[in-house]
Amino acid sequence: MKHLIAEFEKLKARFPAGFESSLVLPCVRRIQEERGYVADSDIDALVEYLGVPRIQIEEVLSYYTQFRRKPIGRWHLQTCRNVTCSMRGAERLIDHLSRRLGVAPGQTTPDGVFTLSTAECLGSCGTAPVLMVNDAYHESMSIDKVDELLEELRNRG
Amino acid sequence: MPGKQLLMTFPVTATSHTLADYVARDGYAAFRKALTQLKPEDVTKEVTASGLLGHGGAAFPAGRKWSVVHLNDQQPHYLCANADEGEPGTFKDRWILENAPHLLIESMLIASYALQVRNAFVYIRGEFDLPYRRLAAAVEEAYAAGYLGERILGTEFACDIVIYRGAGSYVCGEASGLLSSIEGKRGYPRNRPPRLTVQGLYKRPTVVNNVETLSNIAGIVARGAEAYRKVGTAKCPGTQLVSISGHIARPGVYEVEYGYPMAKFLHEDCGGMLPGYTLKCIVPGGISTKVLTAAEVEPLTFDHQSFTAAGSSLGSGGMIAIGEGTCMVRLLQVMLRFYHHESCGQCTPCREGMGWLHRIIDRIVAGEGRPEDIDSLYRISRLQDGMTICGMGDAAGFATVGILDKYREEFDYWIREKRSKFGGNLEGSTRA
Repeated sequence: MKHLIAEFEKLKARFPAGFESSLVLPCVRRIQEERGYVADSDIDALVEYLGVPRIQIEEVLSYYTQFRRKPIGRWHLQTCRNVTCSMRGAERLIDHLSRRLGVAPGQTTPDGVFTLSTAECLGSCGTAPVLMVNDAYHESMSIDKVDELLEELRNRG
Repeated sequence: MPGKQLLMTFPVTATSHTLADYVARDGYAAFRKALTQLKPEDVTKEVTASGLLGHGGAAFPAGRKWSVVHLNDQQPHYLCANADEGEPGTFKDRWILENAPHLLIESMLIASYALQVRNAFVYIRGEFDLPYRRLAAAVEEAYAAGYLGERILGTEFACDIVIYRGAGSYVCGEASGLLSSIEGKRGYPRNRPPRLTVQGLYKRPTVVNNVETLSNIAGIVARGAEAYRKVGTAKCPGTQLVSISGHIARPGVYEVEYGYPMAKFLHEDCGGMLPGYTLKCIVPGGISTKVLTAAEVEPLTFDHQSFTAAGSSLGSGGMIAIGEGTCMVRLLQVMLRFYHHESCGQCTPCREGMGWLHRIIDRIVAGEGRPEDIDSLYRISRLQDGMTICGMGDAAGFATVGILDKYREEFDYWIREKRSKFGGNLEGSTRA
């Protein structure tokens, strides 16, 4: 985490004085972008850097669904399965992905390339069903488009 | 377009979100006017006179919220734009963030001037990627052009905007949960009183407004409260962004003038239902509002009074059009799974009640439902009502009771026959 401190200092400058506690979420997000998950050593370093109680960071990590304590696959596929997406075929899409990848939602392929997840409403109902690949939205998905996407992601490695 | 437009007034192009294009559309003129010609309290008076309603779901008048903040009380005030758009069916703030980020920034500057705010925040849901990048780029443009920072436009006024990204929690869309999250903690909602305008972020007076609510401020200051009141109805001035999805021919975001006929909106502006579908019912304002059948919704006009009289609410403007042949038992199952997943766990009635509702609906869908299960769903829904810190417990109850009241026979059928009346189908008529 040490190499991110210069970046964190810039972030801190944008906040009013006394807002150190507010830096927990943005710092955790940035650490996870780098490492793919948040390790014990990251928590130690953040406790020291921000001066917040360790339990605050542990609580944040266990509360917010986007934060992870363990590594996942190279490509994180999150399919929304809330009301509109399910009405537009998300359940068939999830079944298809599960069959194609040979893993259930929540699991990672043995080669570490894909992690399959389900998500609740991603705010993209007008272009349902929506699939998130890492940070990017893929909208108005169909089984054919998912197959093309898997092929492309596999080729990118 | 469904009536007069106040926000979606320009063609979306590859550059329409940039500062140059925004300034060419007279952008930042309203802020300049406020800063150089109006006193802070005059701005709040104008917003109150406009009758602008909150567009996050509760429709609380924005001016009344602002009026609670005392100017010159020798303490910092904060402003937070709520961009944690997460109510299922809602995707309208995303339109503003992606296409008109400077409209939000200008409006936040005017609000910050009116409320004596030095530090303003935008709390944006963690999954939003393009909306975040568009807004972040716009904030940087605004700093470079001297609209943000110290001595803005050569005056004593100074203001900073920080974009704060959430991390996947529905409850953070609730204003006090949002503030807990900005404090770097779990997004737990807080008991009121004290109101957030008295004790909000770090216990300082804080105004939390929805993105769309705030985005109307620039127009109100530019054209005046009277002009704003000429749009919409007497009790519901202005417009509301509607995000419509589901089995509808042309899903998307529409700006609808209050008072506009619903039948015309659904069947002309949105192009009616998808080919082969007929309208069964509609979720009018996010899944936490009660469903209205086709016969109930078609005669309505688009305004709060009309939807409240019909026993529902316009909520966040997240409409979902549901076609005949859709299984309402499965639909409620999807909703209850969501609420169970998102309960923050602070309040016993919600933490236990959501799981309980979810287990009952799963049991019915598994063909193991009992006749008394329907009464249990009603009873647990009522147990939540008003018994929790935030409105989520109530919301899940509304969704449940709304569907049970109107589609009870589908539940009775599944319990009796151990199967769905519509093959468990959520995709509607063509897949029945």
